[in-house]
Amino acid sequence: MTAPPLPPPLHAEHGTSLWRDAWHRLSRNRLAVFGLVMFLTIALLCLFGPLFLPFKPADQAVTLKASAPLEKIYTRTPLRKTSQPRIDFIAEGKLIDENVFLNLTPDQRQQTLTQIKSGEAIKLGRFTYQLSDRRHWLGTDALGRDLLVRILHGGRISIGVGLAATVVSILIGVLYGAISGYFGGKLDIVLMRIVDILYTIPFTIFVILLMVFLPPSIFLLFIAIGAVEWLTMARIVRGEIVALKHREFIEAAVSLGLSRFRIIFKHLIPNVLGSVIVYSTLTVPQVMLLEAVLSFLGLGVQPPMSSWGVLIDDGAKTLETSPWLLFFPAGIFSLTLFCLNFLGDGLRDALDPRASKD
Amino acid sequence: MPLLDVQNLTTSFHTRAGVVRAVQDVGFSLEAGQTIGIVGESGSGKSVACYSLLGLIPTPPGRIEAGTALFDGIDLLHAPLHTLNRIRGKRISMIFQDPMTSLNPYLRVSEQIIEPLLIHEKISRSAALLRALTALEEVGIQDAARRIHFYPHEFSGGMRQRVMIAMALITRPEILIADEPTTALDVTVQAQILELIRSRQRELGTAVIFITHDLGVVASFCDHVHVMYGGRIVESAPTTELFRNPLHPYAAALQRSIPALQEKNTELYTIPGLPPDPMHLPDGCAFAPRCDHVRDLCRARHPELVTLQPAHATRCLRVQNGDLTLS
Amino acid sequence: MPLLEIENLATWFPLRSGILLGRTVGHVKAVDGVSLTLARGEILGLVGESGCGKSTLARTILRLLDATSGQIRLEGRDLAGVSRRELRRQRLDFQMIFQDPHASLNPRMTVFDTLSEAIRTRHRVSGDALDQRVANLMTTVGLSPNLMRKYPHEFSGGQRQRIAIARALAPEPKLIIADEPVSALDVSIQSQIINLLLKLSREMGLTLIFISHDLSVVKHISDRIAVMYLGKIVELGPAVAVVEHPLHPYTQALVSAIPIPDPVREKNRQRILLLGDPPSPIHPPAGCAFHPRCPQAIAACAATLPPLEEKSPGRSAACIRLEQTLPP
Repeated sequence: MTAPPLPPPLHAEHGTSLWRDAWHRLSRNRLAVFGLVMFLTIALLCLFGPLFLPFKPADQAVTLKASAPLEKIYTRTPLRKTSQPRIDFIAEGKLIDENVFLNLTPDQRQQTLTQIKSGEAIKLGRFTYQLSDRRHWLGTDALGRDLLVRILHGGRISIGVGLAATVVSILIGVLYGAISGYFGGKLDIVLMRIVDILYTIPFTIFVILLMVFLPPSIFLLFIAIGAVEWLTMARIVRGEIVALKHREFIEAAVSLGLSRFRIIFKHLIPNVLGSVIVYSTLTVPQVMLLEAVLSFLGLGVQPPMSSWGVLIDDGAKTLETSPWLLFFPAGIFSLTLFCLNFLGDGLRDALDPRASKD
Repeated sequence: MPLLDVQNLTTSFHTRAGVVRAVQDVGFSLEAGQTIGIVGESGSGKSVACYSLLGLIPTPPGRIEAGTALFDGIDLLHAPLHTLNRIRGKRISMIFQDPMTSLNPYLRVSEQIIEPLLIHEKISRSAALLRALTALEEVGIQDAARRIHFYPHEFSGGMRQRVMIAMALITRPEILIADEPTTALDVTVQAQILELIRSRQRELGTAVIFITHDLGVVASFCDHVHVMYGGRIVESAPTTELFRNPLHPYAAALQRSIPALQEKNTELYTIPGLPPDPMHLPDGCAFAPRCDHVRDLCRARHPELVTLQPAHATRCLRVQNGDLTLS
Repeated sequence: MPLLEIENLATWFPLRSGILLGRTVGHVKAVDGVSLTLARGEILGLVGESGCGKSTLARTILRLLDATSGQIRLEGRDLAGVSRRELRRQRLDFQMIFQDPHASLNPRMTVFDTLSEAIRTRHRVSGDALDQRVANLMTTVGLSPNLMRKYPHEFSGGQRQRIAIARALAPEPKLIIADEPVSALDVSIQSQIINLLLKLSREMGLTLIFISHDLSVVKHISDRIAVMYLGKIVELGPAVAVVEHPLHPYTQALVSAIPIPDPVREKNRQRILLLGDPPSPIHPPAGCAFHPRCPQAIAACAATLPPLEEKSPGRSAACIRLEQTLPP
């Protein structure tokens, strides 16, 4: 080992790691790339979109009630000027319900409506009605809250919860599974029996029990979901580690006298990350659905915070009168789930060790 | 009239990364009851050539670009599927390398071994089972009546290979193709299996195509040998002739590399370099980059296979020109 | 003083049945009483077929498996019963080259990562000095240092084996065990690797245990050969003598099973064909483990366990039918 030193390597060519290989394979899978790009777009929109919208999710305009997407909106300004004139917004479809029309004949009503719709400011009774340039791209809910901004904010919650809970489940699950798998023996048996027992607890009952002790909040959500999702991750990781620890390169690492810590973190875990990644991409949609279900049951996110689950719950109640309140949240939720599933499938194929050059 | 006459067989795989020219212009013939060996390292195309004969190449990405394989007047390479199905497993059988994976682990051996009979002959299950029992006894499996109902994993590697041989021979095929059947087995078991194949072959008069990388096995087993390199046959000779008087540098080099024939504690003779990449075969002779006797003309033209002595052909330009003697 | 002494080493794997933890119902006696001494700089070939326990023996010596009984002494020191930390330090003295070049390297680490990790077990170097050592190591095994940033899957099987050899050399071990290092490689590459091992062992004075089922390769590279059958050594002696004049009937069958690449000799020789399959290590036959398949077995063979005894100077065999003194 003490031969005279050679000059340093002139061009040490860089190799392509398996990750890069996998990325190449993934980028050729059009559906997966679509899923990834779409998901990132949705996430970015949810994060930054509200900055470009004039509405806040809690801004109510009660008079607007549930207006349809892009329905024209009119202002109703009281004629008597007070210090703070209360300007109300009326959707085009609701104009006909205004009190001022009660005393008019049908012909007069028609005429007045046409005038208002033409854009003129029309005085009627105690108010002035005028076409405003307020636009709700996706309409409003029963309290006049802009649906688009609520969806974007809801996305922050839903995607945020999805990602955060998944990250938590990865951290706990990978550590738990790696230790159980690597050390084996009685420790493994005990740890895995704990997982088995926890698995048997019915989820809804668990959440309800939690609610007895904790106020319903977003943290309850985290605890409940995190407590469940790490179990499967732990099992998956443990299984892979058990299979891997008998591979020769691990035996070689043991022969080098490496510490168990180093073997687990430097040699074993990087080689199970493939499965972890795939499983995580498929966990995020599960978590989001779980959150939606909990919110549907009123156990999760509380108003004024809303997630897609809450929006869907609300929208379902008024399906007949204002279907857009269900379709848009449900639509974007489904789209996100699809994207994550496409991405997850694509990742699984891309990371499949059998597809590599060996 | 030979039993099987293969001419100009060319098989390629069209992958996204490029075209893999696995087999090019391979031709050989097989007489009834004869044993021929096809020798080569991995990547030489020996397995692909025989798989092509039985239509076992996945198409895509594989494609049989050219060639004919006449068996009893039928061109196997262009026969319709139903004709091929009547030949495969009945008149031409195959046994594979890995006894672990060539039997279905979910079916009992009895089910698997009677399958060729039920498909190709019109006999009842019970009659087929009786024949299966006899077949197992013929391959030396003790206590066959009980063990025929075992699952594959209950047999050892050598036993599984015997079962495969029984399955392959149960329909009394005219040709048996054996693709490295003993490579995965222990040496003493290998000897037993080879002896078994030899004795069954003699009894049934089956012709055997033996695919292997082991020259030693060829020496004991085959009448005639074809050596493949880079997808082509580079030398073709009766076995004794090949060993006594090799006419291609690759065949000669293979013989020289056998450790048993070399002096102890000296450096083993190695063929320098690596086998060629079937996607990027050189122009000219495929062995040229590694050949001890290479000259410029070897790299320029692609050599043809030329018969120099009775039944002894070589693809070496220099030997063909009389410019090189190897032994 | 011999480098390595193994005395009555046994490695038994318990067989459990039962629902939870189960009772032990029997043992797989993978290694069942092996004794060996290895001199410094010697190359010992270990041959046997699947199930004979040679891989288990290798892993037991390396302490990847715990011995059930027996002693391992390196340079006179008993290795058993040391602390975990001391054991990790001692591991550097024994390294192994594994059979499967695909599985013996961490696919997520570059050659540099793998080799530097191995080098740093002995020397706390970093930066340029580390780069230098890695480059030297790669050159020693015949690889261009320019490849050090590449990943295992970008190399051929033969090259991967070279990397594995480099990794085994890096901790400057006293003993290297090569477990079928060339079996998974193409024939023309096998010779390259064997030449490399021979060269390294001569230049560096390595002590090597070379495990293989290929008797001709083992004969070529080894000084002595030990033949294993069902967990025991049945013959031990100088390499050429064992292969050309085998004493034990099993060795004779093994030698006779090797195909001779010479058609004339092949057709004319008498082959010894064994009956039946290698036995199971769970239910070894009584007495001599080989007797059910032995062409020379007599009644007494089923009754007595033949000891491994010297039958002639430097040559031992475990067979009661061999007379005490034979010509060497």
